[in-house]
Amino acid sequence: MRTGIIVFPGTWSDRDCAHAVGEILGQPTRYVDYREERLDDLDLVILPGGFSYGDYLRCGAIARFAPVMEAVTDFANRGGLVLGICNGFQILQEARLLPGALLRNASCEFRCEWVNLRVEQSESAFSLDSRPGQVLRIPISHGEGNFFADRETLEAIERNGQVVFRYCAQDGRVTAESNPNGSLSNIAGIANARGNVVGMMPHPERACEDLLGGTDGLMVFRSAIHALARVAA
Amino acid sequence: MAIAVKRAQLEEVALNEDEYRAIVRAIGRDPNDLELGMFGALWSEHCSYKTSKALLRQLPTEGPDVLQGPGENAGAVDIGDGLAVVFKIESHNHPSAIEPYQGAATGVGGILRDVFAMGARPIAILDALRFGPLETGHNRHLFHGVIAGIGGYGNCFGCPTVGGEVHFDAGYSDNPIVNAMCVGLVAHDRLRRATADRAGDVVLLVGADTGRDGIHGATFASVEMDERSAQRRPAVQVGNPFLEKLLCEACLQLNELDGVTAIQDLGAAGLTSAASELAHRGRRGIDIAVEKISRREQGMTPYDVMLSESQERMLVVVRPEAEAAAREVFDHFELHADRIGTVTGTARIRIRDHGVSVADIPLKALVDGVPLRSPVASLPDKQPTVVMPAVEEPEAVLLDLIASPNLRSRRPIYRTYDHQVQDNTVFGPGFDAALLRVPGTNKGLALTTDGNPWYVALDPYEGTRAAVAEAARNIVCTGARPIAVTNCLNFGNPERPAIFGQLQESIRGLADACRALELPVVSGNVSLYNETSERNIPPTPVIGMVGLLDDLSLRCPSGFKEDGDLVFLLGETREELAGSAYLRLLGAPTEGRPPVVSLEMERRLQAAMLDSIRRGVIRCAHDVSDGGLLIALAESALYGGHGLRCPGIMGSVSREAFYFGESQGRVVVSVAPRRVPELQKLMANHHIPLYAVGVVGGEDFQVGSDIRVSLDSLREAWETAF
Repeated sequence: MRTGIIVFPGTWSDRDCAHAVGEILGQPTRYVDYREERLDDLDLVILPGGFSYGDYLRCGAIARFAPVMEAVTDFANRGGLVLGICNGFQILQEARLLPGALLRNASCEFRCEWVNLRVEQSESAFSLDSRPGQVLRIPISHGEGNFFADRETLEAIERNGQVVFRYCAQDGRVTAESNPNGSLSNIAGIANARGNVVGMMPHPERACEDLLGGTDGLMVFRSAIHALARVAA
Repeated sequence: MAIAVKRAQLEEVALNEDEYRAIVRAIGRDPNDLELGMFGALWSEHCSYKTSKALLRQLPTEGPDVLQGPGENAGAVDIGDGLAVVFKIESHNHPSAIEPYQGAATGVGGILRDVFAMGARPIAILDALRFGPLETGHNRHLFHGVIAGIGGYGNCFGCPTVGGEVHFDAGYSDNPIVNAMCVGLVAHDRLRRATADRAGDVVLLVGADTGRDGIHGATFASVEMDERSAQRRPAVQVGNPFLEKLLCEACLQLNELDGVTAIQDLGAAGLTSAASELAHRGRRGIDIAVEKISRREQGMTPYDVMLSESQERMLVVVRPEAEAAAREVFDHFELHADRIGTVTGTARIRIRDHGVSVADIPLKALVDGVPLRSPVASLPDKQPTVVMPAVEEPEAVLLDLIASPNLRSRRPIYRTYDHQVQDNTVFGPGFDAALLRVPGTNKGLALTTDGNPWYVALDPYEGTRAAVAEAARNIVCTGARPIAVTNCLNFGNPERPAIFGQLQESIRGLADACRALELPVVSGNVSLYNETSERNIPPTPVIGMVGLLDDLSLRCPSGFKEDGDLVFLLGETREELAGSAYLRLLGAPTEGRPPVVSLEMERRLQAAMLDSIRRGVIRCAHDVSDGGLLIALAESALYGGHGLRCPGIMGSVSREAFYFGESQGRVVVSVAPRRVPELQKLMANHHIPLYAVGVVGGEDFQVGSDIRVSLDSLREAWETAF
């Protein structure tokens, strides 16, 4: 799986994603500069976490205008696999590749901790390897991950099965206590209608080794590998 | 010699008349305003260490693995595999007292730059913090501001904040302590020293434009604070972590280029200090064309530019033929760089403004010439042992203690810090020491900061020894071997004999402990004049320590792991309660003799621990420190989520000393039953007393008939919000 990891000014999960996909899963990876305009050589594009342009304005609002984003949009529209993690999720929303918005955490504080996620659907390119109802342990690390959408959009997302992950308790129950940031309906990750673009606030690249506390994040990247194999077959 | 300068002018730069005379002697004339400002900055306590330098010479700074000791931007120690760990701790107390968010944020920014100036990639931040009690609104404002500032900077930059400590005491009201430590990694052959030793090299100023912020910051940090300090708010800088991230990546790329001579961060005393130190280390001179420096506003004078402490700026010195390649790197990161001067063979710093000389000073005088101060010291009296109140209701005391601000869970703080980015955090914050993987190897680095302010207040010598011993013990509990020390010495106004006495005793204790444990001090910082309206902070030495674990699979956690494991206390418990959290809880005055450290015993304990961990005998280990034995046991139970049954603890000391005394040199461990004989043999070999405490298991924390509390209730108390 030829993987491109986009580096905006202020991105910092780029190296972590390269470690997970390149070193742990052994896939060919390369960094993509935000000024690049061609992504033809890639199967998967990751928009990693970080503080693009310092996030001094609304998160992702400037990165969305970087030259590479036009190519990302074309790539996604042609069915290429696109994963936005944390700041990458915010950028995909700003670029209108995913619906909704991510507001300031309800606590008004940054939160870095392990959370439980319930898998809602295993149709997207990044959840193929899971089963609905499965609970994953993956960390979050953000100040603005409070998922919001107007009622119509939210209903559409739910109706179309675009919700991929929800914050939940250890046993899979979706509760108010297990919601770390105030997200509507505990939404932690969503897909576009076609299922080839996914954005998620939690960091799967931080949950790929037992040494660091867990390996549930591998499922996200392995799913992409299988999604590609399925297309090829 | 007549003093041709007004007292007000000297006060502005915080120099005295003797120092002014020394300047005149050194340069052979009266300095002009700019020159006086430059001397004021570099001869400030903050930059020159004029009060502490003579004392600091006692510290051991050498060792077989030391690659760089004090005197550079940070220290560096060999960790094998061709890699070096680079680290330093620094204070940002004064700015944080005035503007807590930006004060703390720029403290983190400054220490990050010190590390990447050495060519190292920053991999961890730790913070040692002290505040006044949170009952007052102002202390709460400082507390929340500092925590938010640390997170705001580190999270955006992308360096994990993995550890540190927070203490609360009335002595820190209005004068918080904010010490930030940064740790980085670099290949030996890429370790860079900020030494401009080639005349003709080009000097580039990279990063932020220069503004009026932070003028006299170094001076500000070198005087006591009073009600006028709020007017110094303009002396506090504003941080831009995004720009710092770009600067860091650019410097790390530059570090791979040929023809780059030196990289130096601009910190206290801004361009004056950075340019002077660079050139002086290389025994060269430097010419600066001050008009070439990009500014944030119009009307700035050479004085403003030379003394600004605007953040996120670096000086880069390159061979003339390498300038184009360096500029390519800056362009890639869209960083602005001005060519502001050249390295010369003159051994002077010469500042010109549009060709007109505005300052011309021999560097030796500016950097090294400050007359050292040797204030009068008065030593504190040794205090008698105090009579201890007997513990009436151990269970209530335990629950109150574990819920008290100094002992409750730090999770509400550290969960606002990204402690995982870079994918190396094996043990994050909240334990004895953080443990990070060294990327690309199977090695680990254990990191901690320590310093119990109450022991030091009672006896600066003993208290500082205890801080070193505790830091080393924390490292050892993870399985790592302590390798080197950095330190931040926060004290009050040294012109007061009692305060200088504290400093003198504390440094003596630091030197003795580091020598006994064979730990070189490779970097550090001294922060004096922590005095607000004539109230001085308690003496606060903070020890930052780094340890090396050769094989991460041997790592040892702090929490109980398996029901049925046996729990032992290693080390000796004495009738020591002075300075304890228990006595503070009872509202007893801080008096008496603090727990005494036997460094000989400490060495043996640590050797025994490392031996046992290497052999896989110990399943978990936790240092017994603030709060004493029951707090340590309760924490291991809470970390691991397993209960504990103690049949009842009996010893040769009083019940309160056994439960809540803070005798040093002790560790709690859990061991699988079948490994107990091995543990006993190992401890006997190292002559370490061993005391069977109880058995891991159940839903309760139970100690004889004194205490029976469910783990849930214990956790609820521990997780009391701030």
